[in-house]
Amino acid sequence: MELSEHIKTANVEDVTLRRPFHPALRGTLCVTSHHLLFSDRKDEASWQLLILLKNIDAIEKRAVGSSGTITIKCKDLLVLQLEIPGMEECLNIASSIEALSSLESVTEMYPFFYRPSHLTLNGPWGLSSTEQYYKQTERLWDRWRVSTLNSDYSVCPSYPSAVIMPREVDDDKLIRSARFRQGGRFPVLSYCHHRNGMVIMRSSQPLTGANKKRCKEDELLLQAVIDGSELGYIIDLRSAQQAQQARMTGGGFESKSFYSHWKRIHRHHERGKVVQESLIKLVEACSDPSHSVDRWLSKLENSKWLSHVHSALSTAGLVVECVERDGHSVLVHGSEGTDNTLLVSSLAQLILDPASRTVTGFLCLLEREWIQAGHPFQQRCAHSAYSHARLKQECPIFLLLLDCVWQVWRQFPLALEFSEALLLRLAQEVYASNYGTFLCNSEQERCAAGVKENTHCLFQSLLRPDIEEQYLNPLYEPTDLAIWPSVHPQSLQLWTGLFLRWTEYAQNMEEAREEVWSIVKEHHEQAGPDRTNNTLSTHCDTLTPFENLMDELTIL
Amino acid sequence: LNHIVEQVKLLDRFSNKSVTGTLHLTATHLIFVESNSTSAQEIWILHHHIASVEKLSLTTSGCPLLIQCRNFRLVHFVIPRERDCHDIYSSLLRLLRPVSYDELYAFSYNPKQNDQQREEGWQLIDLAAEFERMGVPCDQWQLTDVNREYKVCKTYPRDVYVPITASKPIIVGSSKFRSKGRFPVLTYFYQEKKAAVCRCSQPLSGFSARCLEDEHMLQAISKANHNSRYIYVMDTRPKLNALANRAAGKGYENEDNYSNIRFQFVGIENIHVMRGSLQKLLEGVGTRSLSMTDYLVGLENSGWLRHIKAIMDAAIFLAKAVTVEGASVLVHCSDGWDRTAQVCALGSLLMDPYYRTIKGFMVLIEKDWISFGHKFADRCDQLDPDPKEVSPIFTQFLECVWQLTEQFPQAFEFSEWFLIQIHEHVHSCQFGNFLGNSQRQREDLQLKERTYSLWAHLLSENQNYLNPLFSPSFAESHPVLEPSTQAYHFKFWRNMYNQYDRSMHPRQSILKHVLTLQESNRELEGTVQALKTKLQKFGVNTSPLKPQTPPRECSLPPRPQSLILGAPLLSRKEVQQEEDEEVFGEEAREDAPASTGGERTVEGSSATENSYGELMGSFGSKNEPGVVTLEFGVARMTC
Repeated sequence: MELSEHIKTANVEDVTLRRPFHPALRGTLCVTSHHLLFSDRKDEASWQLLILLKNIDAIEKRAVGSSGTITIKCKDLLVLQLEIPGMEECLNIASSIEALSSLESVTEMYPFFYRPSHLTLNGPWGLSSTEQYYKQTERLWDRWRVSTLNSDYSVCPSYPSAVIMPREVDDDKLIRSARFRQGGRFPVLSYCHHRNGMVIMRSSQPLTGANKKRCKEDELLLQAVIDGSELGYIIDLRSAQQAQQARMTGGGFESKSFYSHWKRIHRHHERGKVVQESLIKLVEACSDPSHSVDRWLSKLENSKWLSHVHSALSTAGLVVECVERDGHSVLVHGSEGTDNTLLVSSLAQLILDPASRTVTGFLCLLEREWIQAGHPFQQRCAHSAYSHARLKQECPIFLLLLDCVWQVWRQFPLALEFSEALLLRLAQEVYASNYGTFLCNSEQERCAAGVKENTHCLFQSLLRPDIEEQYLNPLYEPTDLAIWPSVHPQSLQLWTGLFLRWTEYAQNMEEAREEVWSIVKEHHEQAGPDRTNNTLSTHCDTLTPFENLMDELTIL
Repeated sequence: LNHIVEQVKLLDRFSNKSVTGTLHLTATHLIFVESNSTSAQEIWILHHHIASVEKLSLTTSGCPLLIQCRNFRLVHFVIPRERDCHDIYSSLLRLLRPVSYDELYAFSYNPKQNDQQREEGWQLIDLAAEFERMGVPCDQWQLTDVNREYKVCKTYPRDVYVPITASKPIIVGSSKFRSKGRFPVLTYFYQEKKAAVCRCSQPLSGFSARCLEDEHMLQAISKANHNSRYIYVMDTRPKLNALANRAAGKGYENEDNYSNIRFQFVGIENIHVMRGSLQKLLEGVGTRSLSMTDYLVGLENSGWLRHIKAIMDAAIFLAKAVTVEGASVLVHCSDGWDRTAQVCALGSLLMDPYYRTIKGFMVLIEKDWISFGHKFADRCDQLDPDPKEVSPIFTQFLECVWQLTEQFPQAFEFSEWFLIQIHEHVHSCQFGNFLGNSQRQREDLQLKERTYSLWAHLLSENQNYLNPLFSPSFAESHPVLEPSTQAYHFKFWRNMYNQYDRSMHPRQSILKHVLTLQESNRELEGTVQALKTKLQKFGVNTSPLKPQTPPRECSLPPRPQSLILGAPLLSRKEVQQEEDEEVFGEEAREDAPASTGGERTVEGSSATENSYGELMGSFGSKNEPGVVTLEFGVARMTC
């Protein structure tokens, strides 16, 4: 069925659009295969609103006399209202939106049709790869190698084709280890600490099952990871009890007797449906019209969202503590190793590694640790907080990551090169995008669908100088040190930028942000244009026009 | 009296960390000096700040002494010998219960100013000038000398403003019908609409009593405003409380007896509820290893933010009535010195951008709180305390202002640090401004001759309190603030209630950073100008020289290393040095792990104070490396 067949009414005149904190507008509404377009009727300086249909999470229709009202709830949390004259038109529009916003075939999605004039399909796709990371990380060269055993995705369908493994473990052993891990996700290197060479590995749970099966190769692999040092830590993202229970269904954990040099620490993290419901409750709480503080606090608490933020940051802190402070390597896993595992390992890197705090570094981190590492974006982000559809695989773990990064930025506002705007943009793109970056669930699927050949890369486009500028943190001052966030509940806050994005609150904040920019710019102009990123601390180092001026005075 | 106890341990409230040092007890301060550390942290605690001292039961390492301060600092010492502990304990008990005003710190504090400077300090805030700024006296409002000798109302200032048509007999009659004689007087005049904000105490109406003079008084207020046929009477208490008061011969205005009033209850709870609420709040946020759930539940159960919102709601109501309807408003509660002060002050701040500047905010406090007799001595427990009179009424006002600064980041000339500093000094008894319960009492104490004014002190270091985002053009476009009362705008003020819990604060501060940039911008401009003029004097044409002159960092004025402003801005070299020291400290430990980097931290951020969780005892035996502490007691700054 052609996409256009879903469209029974393409155009409606005299539609009224209502948005929060804006006056109502009248204009024309169009439905296309991928977009909803509203344009103001005034011919000159006409105003347009273009919404990707995929961004629409839920619609509600209501009849008022002969006309109908459609409420559109977007995945980026915006809520719009359209008043459409004519009941039939209204129903037609609603059914088109319903059908076209929930397309399941990847190649029918908009990124495959997005062809802006300033981009070509032959440009580079993506920013980094396993091989590149290996090349950049000199510390790895001695003991680690790039293995391409997964080049046809047969060993692990959700892993990329190349992974970094200890030199002394050959591919045959890896294949055995993969069979012993859920979904074939055997332990692979995710990060090597530049300061002490300790590594963060990640995997899925071992399939020990009820009879406590073991796998010699898996044990050898982990032994090779710590290479003679006395200890490594396994951070299991389930409670000890859950890990025990997992054995009943074929999963399990690394037992002390077979992995004698590894110390296991259990940290309970919610997953899947629970986290999705948490997001739903939080968004509901944020749009509660009641002004009662008690009700708000109780709903905020009841949503548990901040509790998830709290545990993610605490566990990431724990991993960093093991690596940086205790000087040991760490293996992180939960069950499948595609959600919380990635959350914890990437947060730990942000805290540890100054390279991941630049715009490019952060996007590379997301690419390696989320996209290539096989976070099933398509399943997890099929719906957001408003959808009435029955939950399947949805889970806002990536949103949770962005929230945690925001919390880190709040506490270290100078340490990240990017600003909140980048996080907000990503939060939007992950649910609905012109770009192919977040399509599909794994490298394998992306290959099969030809994503790289037929869509544009979001990360490449974000890095274009004119675009990147919007996402820079004006106060950025790089630091080499680890940035340990405080995880006291008092130190964590609701991410108002995201969850209250469409309220009047946002505007005051935006103005304040602009003020910060202008102060910084003024400073740069006065203190010299060539030193854009370095502020006061470097000023005494060089001979400056100021000193020249002084010299002149002394001569006189 | 000068105890010195060595080898005292100071325990961190939220982690297992402790530092050892020496405790000094002086006539005014309890001082802890960390020994054996390059940073040599010092904590100065003013005796007046101490709310309670508790001696806990003896442990193997010594005798624990728990000190709770009114500025929300909580210190936990362990003193090796019980004897010493007891000495300190009993001395403190004596010291923190001064029996006469003369014992308060303000009377011995000497900032090395001469009498003239002291006098000038006291003249900084002039309330007569403030009323003039509002446009009073005018054709409808006049200054009355009826209270010149404090005869009509002991707790009012000498100078009060009343409607032209309110004669002395009316005033006196009205005052007899009002609790504590606090008759209706003007506190703010909204010139644009000629609408007035007046304040008073509750009427002694009981179940049916009337007073013609009082009715005339309200009518006079109403007639002074031609824009509106009615005035609002805001009773800031919950209706139930007002009803209960009737049984005691007090109560509220009966709409039938007063022509053209619109009566309104607002529902702010009384001082006892507020005291209990704060206590619950502090218990909640002072808990160790607090979970997110317990934190939020505790916040809700304390009711604190609900009370804050109630005050804000009332102020918004007031501001709307005056600015939108152009109606005059009479505000009262029971005695008209707690809730009334909160609502009048906050309402004026919403209506008038002047009160959002540093100087204007001082004027506002001087007017609505100090001159109109908010009982600072009783509420803040300055002298011979009656625990039932203590209540965080003024703290709540400061918090409401903070909540507004969060909603309107560009509207205020000052930052939260200013609010916190004022809070600190309301309790410090170091300056004369807040001593006593009324102007009359302050005059009896001769405070202006014997003590110094806080406002002069704060203005002298006002660059520390600036909000870098303040935009005067915002004030022009938003003369009246219209805050949202959506519940999510009411946030926990961590920097106030956990201000000394350093591990909770952001490790880098935008506020401070931007402030420094701004300061350097100004300085650069100044330098360029100065140099240009000099060059011009020598007849050199300056045009080819670009005015780009980065400052030398050392030329920046010192900034308080406050917790609120975040970590001190260190030069790169200093940071490096600190790192080296820390690494050295780590390697010097016998049981140090074979780590290559040691613990490196960003400006005080470290794993050890964050309690990410146990590594199952693997760190148990280790000493924590000395993390550079940024403790910065205000006492230390100002003494």
